[in-house]
Amino acid sequence: MKFLYGLTLLLIYQLMGEGISLFFSLSVPGPVIGMSLLFLSLLVFYKIKNGNVDKQPQDDALTTSASAILSHLSLLFIPAGVGLIVHVDRLGDQWLPIIAAIVLGSIITMAVTAGVMLLLNRLLKIDENSQSENKI
Amino acid sequence: MNSANESIWVYLSTSPLLWLTVTLIVYCAAFQLYEWSNANPLLNPVAISIISLISFLVLTKTDYQLYFSGAQYIHFLLGPATVALAIPLYQQVSKLKKIWFSAAVAITTGVVLGAVSSVFIAKWLGADMLTQLSLAPKSVTAPVAMGIAEKIGALPSLTAALVVMTGITGALICTVLFSLLGIKDNSVKGIAVGVAAHGIGTARAFQLNAEMGAFSGLAMALSTLISALTLPWIVTLLF
Repeated sequence: MKFLYGLTLLLIYQLMGEGISLFFSLSVPGPVIGMSLLFLSLLVFYKIKNGNVDKQPQDDALTTSASAILSHLSLLFIPAGVGLIVHVDRLGDQWLPIIAAIVLGSIITMAVTAGVMLLLNRLLKIDENSQSENKI
Repeated sequence: MNSANESIWVYLSTSPLLWLTVTLIVYCAAFQLYEWSNANPLLNPVAISIISLISFLVLTKTDYQLYFSGAQYIHFLLGPATVALAIPLYQQVSKLKKIWFSAAVAITTGVVLGAVSSVFIAKWLGADMLTQLSLAPKSVTAPVAMGIAEKIGALPSLTAALVVMTGITGALICTVLFSLLGIKDNSVKGIAVGVAAHGIGTARAFQLNAEMGAFSGLAMALSTLISALTLPWIVTLLF
């Protein structure tokens, strides 16, 4: 039942997100609004319940269904990925710009994100304490 | 094939059940192969599954629309899965409080520069307008990328395919790139992978290290939100 309750809750939040996105004709897709609403709800809920946002259960309905659905997240991309079959001509004609944009774009994204993060951590002097506990 | 077999095939091949089942069988087999290979990134289960399924569809002369009538039940779960990202994000809330500022700035810079550089590289190498537009949200998780593609006038189905290619690329190159750049901090590595390679990168990060996975999930959730807010504006500025 835990899984079903959790899934129902996820769908309710998605539905609210879709509703808000449509109603205000926002550029943010419904599931993202649903995710933000759920995150805020969790903050408020645990603040009221425990007086502390850091205390949280590991086996409640929501966590159970979320980890079930997220543990094989990559499976969910397959139907969209098979859609490549429809764009074979475009990929054949423009394979070089597409591959270059994907590979170089990914390298730039990762290098820039990591670089900015390391730089700011150093400037704000928070580099070591977030990872020290995991050093073996 | 005799005629009885043929009519069974004709019946089953037009039912969603067959294509849903085939997708799951192929993914389970690809995942098993990946585990047997000790998580060799070249045997990425998503890439292997997509290549196998495309070959299967070509061999059986099956239309993508027909395939999708079954596979849509898996595709549908991307929506609740996006909502579910709130939970790993919330589980990292105490760490998030410490690093939220540098993470937010790093993710926004990564999202913007990643999208702009990809569009320019594609433009410079001669891609047409539709391809350039469809490449802009390539680092965003599929359902949201498709939503953004629709809003900016790109092809959602092409974007979805590019998103998956980007995720696989990120999962493939991340370990090499980080060792070349000398980055050792797992939270930084996770954030970078999550921004560049969304869910497929996050799946890879979780296999490498639990902390890296959690931060990748966090970065994916935050970058999804930031992309949805900023990319439509950036695209209007670029085109």
